Amino acid sequence: MPRYVMVIDQSRCVACMACVVACKRENDVPAEHYRTRVVEMVRGEFPRLRSEMRSELCNHCDNPPCVNICPTGASHKQADGTVQINRRKCVGCKACITACPYDVRYINEEHGYADKCSFCQHRLKEGKEPACVATCIGRSRMFGDLDDPNSEVSQILRETSWRTLKPEVGTKPNVYYINQFPRKS
Amino acid sequence: MAFSRRNFLKYAAMSAGGTLIADTPFLSARARAEAEGGNVRYVPTSCEMCFWKCGAIAKVEKNKQGEDVVVKLEGNPLHPQSMGKLCARGQAGIGQLYDENRLKRPMIRTGERGDGQYKEVSWEEAFNYTADKLKAVIEKYGPESIAMLSHGSPGDYFTNLLKALGSGNIAFSSFAQCKGIRDAAWELTFGHKPGSSCERVDLKNSKVIVLLGTHLGENMHNSQTQEFAEAVGHGAKIICVDPRYSTAASKASLWLPIKPGTDTALLLTWMNIIISEELYDKAYVEQYTVGFEQLKESVQQYTPEWCAKETDLPEADIVAAARDLGRYAPNVVIHPGRHVAWYGNDAQRSRATAILNAILGTWGRPGGMWLPAKGKFASFNDGYPKYSDPAKDPVIKGDYPFAGGEGLTQVVRDTTITGQPYPIKAWFICGTDAMKALPDQRQTLKAIANLDLMIAVDILPSETAMMADVILPECTYLERHDGLFKVEVREAGVGLRQPAVEPMYDTKPAWWIASELCKKMGLADFAVKDSWEARMRRQATAWGIDYDKLADTGYVSLPDSAFPYITADNQPEFKTDSEKIELFSQKLEEHNFDPVPKYEPTDEPEKGMYRLLYGRSPVHTFSRTINDQWLWELHKENQVWLNKKEAESLGVKDRQYVRLENQDKVVSDPIQVKVTERIRRDCVYMVHGFGHNAPRLSRAHKSGADDQQLITRYKVDPITGGTGMRVNFVKIIKEA
Repeated sequence: MPRYVMVIDQSRCVACMACVVACKRENDVPAEHYRTRVVEMVRGEFPRLRSEMRSELCNHCDNPPCVNICPTGASHKQADGTVQINRRKCVGCKACITACPYDVRYINEEHGYADKCSFCQHRLKEGKEPACVATCIGRSRMFGDLDDPNSEVSQILRETSWRTLKPEVGTKPNVYYINQFPRKS
Repeated sequence: MAFSRRNFLKYAAMSAGGTLIADTPFLSARARAEAEGGNVRYVPTSCEMCFWKCGAIAKVEKNKQGEDVVVKLEGNPLHPQSMGKLCARGQAGIGQLYDENRLKRPMIRTGERGDGQYKEVSWEEAFNYTADKLKAVIEKYGPESIAMLSHGSPGDYFTNLLKALGSGNIAFSSFAQCKGIRDAAWELTFGHKPGSSCERVDLKNSKVIVLLGTHLGENMHNSQTQEFAEAVGHGAKIICVDPRYSTAASKASLWLPIKPGTDTALLLTWMNIIISEELYDKAYVEQYTVGFEQLKESVQQYTPEWCAKETDLPEADIVAAARDLGRYAPNVVIHPGRHVAWYGNDAQRSRATAILNAILGTWGRPGGMWLPAKGKFASFNDGYPKYSDPAKDPVIKGDYPFAGGEGLTQVVRDTTITGQPYPIKAWFICGTDAMKALPDQRQTLKAIANLDLMIAVDILPSETAMMADVILPECTYLERHDGLFKVEVREAGVGLRQPAVEPMYDTKPAWWIASELCKKMGLADFAVKDSWEARMRRQATAWGIDYDKLADTGYVSLPDSAFPYITADNQPEFKTDSEKIELFSQKLEEHNFDPVPKYEPTDEPEKGMYRLLYGRSPVHTFSRTINDQWLWELHKENQVWLNKKEAESLGVKDRQYVRLENQDKVVSDPIQVKVTERIRRDCVYMVHGFGHNAPRLSRAHKSGADDQQLITRYKVDPITGGTGMRVNFVKIIKEA
């Protein structure tokens, strides 16, 4: 069984939003809701500035607060490492939305269930990358199997220093960030 | 490999345990549909959400009613301008196709011009109305009194109509309001434009990339941005010259927040440093250029110390950048830019960019600029008769000796107002919102008021289209054939546009509209003989290309057409008079222009005023996409960027709504302030294209503010006739 992770090379992100539109269409995300976003953080004072482009999405945590709090078992961890939602079991109580430290869940108001990034589970079943990765203009988003030592993501995580978001909350995310800032060569 | 459904499933099962693939391998549209099986079609085509013409693949399914529906757009992996990816806009083409605000049926105006009152009519009625009015104008004023303003593919078909009628008054905003100035300047220098399909910048192999006001990332030209990210990823030095900390600046190892309007000072000083420190490519200059001594002498006056004062940049940074360029030359590139209509002396700045590239030897070098592809395309005009010469010379080049064939829109407008040298009384407006494209809307309105006939061919009810007397609704790019398109990247190739679905409503392809009008005007010889697709097939045959293969794959490359770099056997050709790169231009001297670029200062803002800068959002193309629901949702309104210290001194808070008032007392619609460290104190910035005054655009109407409304002044480049638009100043008015 693979263990899916995403690696995001922040230095290569140009904040073009191709991933955001790809995700919305691929997953039929309702208006004004998103499963992924690109956050642009600028620090410093003119003209000494430094900025960070950060794609954010569900971290598919190994210690997922959304799963731990879900009263019906709708949110669950799968063997492939992804966190998924069983829509039939979801009662729309929003406990997961409160529990998630990453603000990546929403309620699908039309159908009443919680929803979020699935790593494009339906595409994974067909052997395809998530839609955001497939269209990423900067090749900033990479995806693969951490249990395969030869996968691109395994190699990168072995060779590059990485971080995850909010490690202090102990969620053990499966979305890894590298090169927070472009190299100042 | 034959690609059956069984193979595909096998492949999928194989890859599920190992490497994932971006998508079902795309060998051809038919093979992919067969592999996936079921209720799906794939249609390779060319995107028109901007003008990069990326190869796109439309996925078409049948809905419950049995109608074809475009459900997804993806990049064509075979096409070099998309390389398997589409940007946000490209994917959102479906939003344009299914935009409920589209122009749906031909309409004839019933009220006053601009009051939005129309009646829907049949195509026959619309054509009869148009033809009768055109004939009346021709009879009274002559055929040259009919003009066209255009941007995008409908223009090609109506160019044929106008030329057949006997008018050469055809102008595209892509020249005077955009990149024509640059093209003319590079032709004067290298005898070539810096690119056709795209700029020939070899970014992925560059060691140093200089961007002057070119904001890649926000300016989302697909393959070029992919290469830019590649360059950033492998650690190329990015030197970004921009008064604003753009996305590109955030990737730069050196950001030079230059005082607006002083770029030429920086370029000339860099040349001085590079020449005086002997960092230029001596053998290259010797072999391929003329006028080096004159250049050397002319740039001596531009010292780093002077430049630091003029540009408001640290002297050490100016020198360091020049040395980096010298150190890594020739594997460096100074990007030629694209929209360069800034200050009214833009041809000379573009010349300076070209010359700096030349002395660093970047033309034809890895990481510099690749050489034009050698693709042979046989001439093809499908047996049309020749156009007879227009009775009167077109006005479109004004008094500008190096204005290009695309024409000067503002000269057409001025002639329409003055009637000199002859009246212009009818306008075709094809695929352009002239109110948004041209500076000084007051003049545009004045010209429109002078017209006997205004015909709009467009997809959406834009402000300009909704002033026309007759509106001919074009279908979107996903519903029509266009092309063939020459694709000229490192290699040459051919792309096409073909419909994914039938035209919705009562809309029609522009080729058909123009062709029917030819017939109505008694010019049947110039009408399309059968169908545009049949013509494309004949063109493919003339070009030696298998049309069916092209239609199935979306792109066919011409073999042995890529010769990107200079070698002993691959010498560059410069189509200048001297057949060399002209650092010194005899031609310019003959027309009494500086043969070597010189620096001229630009007017500065008065106290309390800021220079108005404008630019782009990665999710919008000018004003054309604002109403697209997918894109509008991501970027609904623009903001005005204001330096934090200035905001503090004005007492303006982040996200507060203000109005902008320009030097001519024109006041904008309300706009939100973005208080930021990311811009200099002497300028403000907003994204172009917002603030539509078009009530039928339910999302875009009055969303944000219109920069073009505030651009009441423009300074014309004397060499090319380009309209420099960064010469307007605004003050901030707090909303009561």
